[in-house]
Amino acid sequence: MSITQKDVEYVANLARLELTGEEKERLARQLGDILDYINMLNRLDTTNVEPMAHAAIEHNVFREDGEPRSITPDETLANAPDRQGDFFKVPKVID
Amino acid sequence: MEWEVVIGLETHAELATRTKLWCDCSTEFGAAPNTHTCPICVGMPGVLPVLNRKAFELALRVAFAFKCKVPPRTFFDRKNYYYPDLPKNYQISQNYCNTGTEGHIDIPVNGGSKRVRIHNVHLEEDAGKNIHPERSDADYSLVDLNRAGVPLLEIVTEPDMRGPEEAQAFMETMRRALLYTEVSECHMEQGHLRFEASISLRAPGAAEYGARVEIKNVNSMKAVTSAIEYEIKRQTRILNEGGKVARETRLWDDAAGATGRMRSKEEAQDYRYFPEPDLIPVTIDDEMRARVMAAVPELPLARKRRFIEAFGLPEYDAGVISDDRRTADFFEEALKTYDNPKAVGNWIMNAMLREMKQRGIGIVELKPKPAQVAALAKIASSDRINSPAAQKVFTIMMDTGDDPEEIIRREGLEQTSDSGDILPLVSKAIADNPKAVADFKSGKASAVKFLMGQVMRMARGKANPQVAEKIIQEELGKM
Repeated sequence: MSITQKDVEYVANLARLELTGEEKERLARQLGDILDYINMLNRLDTTNVEPMAHAAIEHNVFREDGEPRSITPDETLANAPDRQGDFFKVPKVID
Repeated sequence: MEWEVVIGLETHAELATRTKLWCDCSTEFGAAPNTHTCPICVGMPGVLPVLNRKAFELALRVAFAFKCKVPPRTFFDRKNYYYPDLPKNYQISQNYCNTGTEGHIDIPVNGGSKRVRIHNVHLEEDAGKNIHPERSDADYSLVDLNRAGVPLLEIVTEPDMRGPEEAQAFMETMRRALLYTEVSECHMEQGHLRFEASISLRAPGAAEYGARVEIKNVNSMKAVTSAIEYEIKRQTRILNEGGKVARETRLWDDAAGATGRMRSKEEAQDYRYFPEPDLIPVTIDDEMRARVMAAVPELPLARKRRFIEAFGLPEYDAGVISDDRRTADFFEEALKTYDNPKAVGNWIMNAMLREMKQRGIGIVELKPKPAQVAALAKIASSDRINSPAAQKVFTIMMDTGDDPEEIIRREGLEQTSDSGDILPLVSKAIADNPKAVADFKSGKASAVKFLMGQVMRMARGKANPQVAEKIIQEELGKM
């Protein structure tokens, strides 16, 4: 299964990654190899097999809707690159 | 030429939970910025979301209420996109297996009703809020993540609506249904309930749908209707000029009253959905199914119809009483005490709802109980008290919550139908008002009314008016 540099650019753009020409070439090859490897699974006949969404055997792990609690805005903002008052400050968003 | 209008609607409703979908932060509206946040809802690495049971069961309740197919097992998916109000860079939603599919909701149309198919009902998390500084040259935005992670229910219809009126009816019916099922508080101004429309036109009778235009940035039901009306005109013009409508997402500009194109870059969306590995699938077993199903109420339109058909209420009255679930419950509870739907309905409509409005209170703050209002309706239907006295009893019930019998006794409001009590009053009224007697003799019927007033005044409202009038007529006839 071949992955083109164009495919790599498309996915990189979706992931907001900037790649050099050399990286694109290398990633195209690596991603192609990974897909080839995974493609081996397609040899199996899965006609009557339910798709699996999760490997965990456990089901229905819930939290009760109880007493609300949070951390402080200062704690929340401790790792933020920039803040204004108790808001995160980010580059201008255009809607 | 006339084109057929085809509309589908997406409803987003914030669910009425105390805490967020994946963490213990509060969902309360209007808090100071970023006070309802924690490592989970701000998307710190390595944290683990855990599903809020109530949120899931409320979503399931809606799926059942709209008669959806509900799978035995469901799970969540990641929807990947970048936006500052989405701190994880993905939204946890449902894509591959919705909580409910293939349901329907009936909406009132032209005195009848129309079935709108529900494509799916699914649960997801709300995003935070971007705040744009008023200065247009500011090079930054501010982000408040209080809303990030609030449970959001999305309900997607099939393109079954055929005009702005039907879209309007759908939105109102949906709002009432979500209030009735008690899954959302539906405060529009707090963003609890949001709608998005997609509109296309086609030649009447055509089998295929036309190119669909989705409209975003509609912040009220009125804006949705205005945007639909605008889009119909815009698309009609394009088609009549022989052009083609582009399949796109457009933004509604409320001030301009028009939709505009989004930049094409924002349209190129590829969400790369995949099952959310941080959350464990949910099995909807028989116990959960039965428990949630038991919490699904009869929907308002069905209840209104039942009030008309089973109780013989006029359409308008049935609509008013069924509009709010608690009022409708109150009504049906009252009927257990006095099985006279028209009389009880009248008291609820004309006295109770009016007084509640005047006092600015809701049904939870109401002092009289259903059985007490029913008891008063029963007493008022007899000739034990007259109408002004019954009104007075009701006002006192609103103030005190006392039983009507107790109030009537305390206030001495019981009326007399005993002619032995009323006759002396009639004789006195006739003796005191020779002019009224003369008027009666010259054929003025209004003289009887005047004398009635005199008798009732002397009786302090406690004389049975029918008996009093009969005696007046008799006495005048003798003269």
